[in-house]
Amino acid sequence: MPKDGGIGASTKRREDLRFLTGNGRYTDDINLRGQAFAHFLRSDVAHGRINRIDTAAAAAMPGVLRVFTAADFAAVGGLPCGWCVTDKHGQPMREPKHPVLADGKVRHVGDPIAVVVAETYAQARDAAEAIVVDITELPAAINMKAALAPDAPLVHDDLPSNLCYDWGFVEDNKAAVDEAFRTAAHVTTLELVNNRLVANPMEPRVAVGDYDPWNDQHTLYTTSQNPHVIRLLMGAFVLGIPEHKLRVVAPDVGGGFGTKIFHYAEEAFCTFAAKQLKRPVKWTCSRSEAFMTDAHGRDHVTKIELALDKDNNFTAIRTETYANMGAYLSTFAPSVPTWLHGTLMAGNYRTPLIYVNVKAVFTNTVPVDAYRGAGRPEATFQLERVVDKAARELGVDPIELRRQNFIKPDQFPYQTPVAVVYDTGNYHATLDKLLEISDIAGFEARRADSARRGKLRGFGVAHYIEACGIAPSNLVGQLGARAGLYESATVRVNATGSISVYTGSHAHGQGHETSFAQVVAEMIGIDAKQIDIVHGDTANTPMGMGTYGSRSLAVGGSAIVKATNKIINKAKKIAAHLLEASEDDIELKDGKFSVAGTDKSVDWAGVTLAAYVPHNYPLENLEPGLEETAFYDPSNFTYPSGGYGCEVEVDPETGKVEIVAFSAADDFGNIVNPMIVEGQVQGGLAQGIGQALLESCVYDDNGQLLSGSYMDYAMPRADDLPMFKVDHSCNTPCTHNPLGVKGCGEAGAIGSPPAVVNAVIDALHRAGHTHVTHIDMPLTPARVWAAINGN
Amino acid sequence: MAKLTMTVNGRTLSADAEGRTLLSDFLRGGLGLTGTHVGCDTSQCGACVVHVDGQAVKSCSMLAHEAAGSTITTIEGMANADGSLSTLQQAFQDHHGLQCGFCTPGMVMSAAALLAENPKPTEAEVRHHLEGNICRCTGYHNIVKAVLAASGQDVSGVGIAAE
Ligand code: FES
Ligand code: FES
Repeated sequence: MPKDGGIGASTKRREDLRFLTGNGRYTDDINLRGQAFAHFLRSDVAHGRINRIDTAAAAAMPGVLRVFTAADFAAVGGLPCGWCVTDKHGQPMREPKHPVLADGKVRHVGDPIAVVVAETYAQARDAAEAIVVDITELPAAINMKAALAPDAPLVHDDLPSNLCYDWGFVEDNKAAVDEAFRTAAHVTTLELVNNRLVANPMEPRVAVGDYDPWNDQHTLYTTSQNPHVIRLLMGAFVLGIPEHKLRVVAPDVGGGFGTKIFHYAEEAFCTFAAKQLKRPVKWTCSRSEAFMTDAHGRDHVTKIELALDKDNNFTAIRTETYANMGAYLSTFAPSVPTWLHGTLMAGNYRTPLIYVNVKAVFTNTVPVDAYRGAGRPEATFQLERVVDKAARELGVDPIELRRQNFIKPDQFPYQTPVAVVYDTGNYHATLDKLLEISDIAGFEARRADSARRGKLRGFGVAHYIEACGIAPSNLVGQLGARAGLYESATVRVNATGSISVYTGSHAHGQGHETSFAQVVAEMIGIDAKQIDIVHGDTANTPMGMGTYGSRSLAVGGSAIVKATNKIINKAKKIAAHLLEASEDDIELKDGKFSVAGTDKSVDWAGVTLAAYVPHNYPLENLEPGLEETAFYDPSNFTYPSGGYGCEVEVDPETGKVEIVAFSAADDFGNIVNPMIVEGQVQGGLAQGIGQALLESCVYDDNGQLLSGSYMDYAMPRADDLPMFKVDHSCNTPCTHNPLGVKGCGEAGAIGSPPAVVNAVIDALHRAGHTHVTHIDMPLTPARVWAAINGN
Repeated sequence: MAKLTMTVNGRTLSADAEGRTLLSDFLRGGLGLTGTHVGCDTSQCGACVVHVDGQAVKSCSMLAHEAAGSTITTIEGMANADGSLSTLQQAFQDHHGLQCGFCTPGMVMSAAALLAENPKPTEAEVRHHLEGNICRCTGYHNIVKAVLAASGQDVSGVGIAAE
């Protein structure tokens, strides 16, 4: 390994220097000469017919350049959806138009009605207050089941109902699953809610549009996890700008967690308005605006049933889920409750028969789409809760019931009944490791100590599987994706041997500039400081698909490995020429090419210089230069897995839950930078614990957003959380990507919610409150107290 | 609009500001010091914390004109004179106390104020002090560890899985 820089080293992050000194370059830090400022006037009702918009007074206000409404966007497309789900009858989902600005109707609180562009933000805001909007408020569809009733208000008048699709998976298994339930020795049923969340990256979204009329060149600076995807969606489907005339830059981005994957109206607006006004146009989202415009996450209502035989083997799973789409289809919304959820319902278990039904529903709420984990937390939560409930009903240890039904280490690769094939894993090992680091042996003593202090102590386990490294393009194409999901890399070696790597992945906290450089340093054997990682600008990186679904290292890293291998192959040819040896005899080690069995060698810089100053060079059969591009399309998903253990203390007087310890034993395959991996897990755990105990996005029956700021939406804070014990020693490397990596970005958020809820139920049961079989998240003191007291 | 002068990171700076301009917006827009971040509009996230006359203040909760004549330190003024990272900043890097970096300026400014007042805080004191600073990325584990380490305490065993 190159000293302090190769694969497996906890190399300190190079990006930290700029962030720690206030020199990061986030989108809101970009100020273009002559820029104007946009302010969006948004609907304050959930559902209404727009009768009239009068902008005359606003347009006459000081500093106002122009006021835009839907009429200005008549010739412009709607925001596209990137995934078409086919329903259980073989019909495509219903896909209503999502206009850039509300056209005729407003469909959720926050739907944009008009935009003022002015010389300053203050002027734009002041003028927006002078716009007169006459809206007839309509009854709103909020609750999903009510929204499907025959007399429910229609979110989209041109659709026959609020149903987007009714999906069955695997539809051909349904009869066999029903039969397995008829013959089961025991059936456990659980109805639960996966609470609606707001991703809340700390950097609010920002867009800056710019237009150069002399070259007909558009530039959009935006807070995106995937600038190429935005270029494709916005250019091709909304504004009709070809790729070579549209540059999208996502510079330093302050967190994403899924919500910055999607193409948003404000991006299209700023790009469009910059051309109209011939001035750069900037929009910065306020936090209040973020709550009502960023795509939300989760929001599933589920009934899950688990069938067992007389020996407690799982024989079948049947689920019915209502999934909220919100008012419009966000970019990848339809895929989340279906292909990212149904395919994970086998979990870590050998359940032979599974049927998943999902009804996706339009409501008068903000669009719902992927949030850290996206579909997989919803699958894991219901599965790990129902297994725990089954164990309690059967009077067996929840840990042992899991172990008994786990896929065994010698059964990999394992074909599940829900389409996917797990390549590797060892669930027994991660569970054992979890119990060890949780000090399960000392639990009884700790519980007795809590009891002396009047507190109820409990321990809960959850074991998760996820499908990451998204995804084989041909497969997702069959499933309805309207994009490929490969990744790209260009490795540009310079004459003196330094390297710039251009990746289609995007970092917004994951530390790629450090870890990707470690990979290349390891492969060539040079110092990582000689390698720069460049990302986030469509002008200089090859077409990439960006970062989400824990895919950056597994897919983006694999593309870098592929391109670097091409570099090494060519460099070996050059070295063979310089050393007058056969290419087959050339070995590369520690940045030096040598002829096997001799002391003849040339170092890395000697070869790279020859590539660019080809005086002594095989020009007749080799081009000069040393730059290669590769695209990597994965052949399968990756399947990280792990066991999470949560220890809680419940105060029976108040219902308050305190997390006293949390342990995680993950299998991420090979690991490039352990420090970064641990950080990803810790951050994911905080979000999962936040979902379990604190966070909830709430609408009232009229569609007013009740949790629209940090005063009402409880974000986890430093004193809500413990130190975490994180282990990643039980690794079974992925078999189908060159690094053997699986991805670690979402695990924490996937595995932790059921561990927390299981721990609270355990605490209550140990204290004799066995009537409590489930509490819906978030487990606020009020809910826990009410459960204990039988309300 | 009225002209406004303050000492920021040791330099006397002036710019125009409306009466309603927040100190955070003035630092970012008026003075171009974009290291101070704005993460909310209800004074709850702490991304905007700076020191005003030695006190940690959420700069979004103060009008720029209220800070006229004050001495202000922002994240841009925290490194050592030779440009190297201060002990606290270095601890954040050493212990991976930041991911996306957006909350980081506020975290560093807040933690620096704590250590000035309480040079050897306990873990609970650090967590309590940072309650007004939201981080969505790190789960706070490594931030707390960094602050403890910067105070000279041994954090080698914190959160390490048992062997
Ligand atoms: S921006 Fe000041 S507290 Fe959030
Ligand atoms: S590092 Fe991203 S919010 Fe704290």
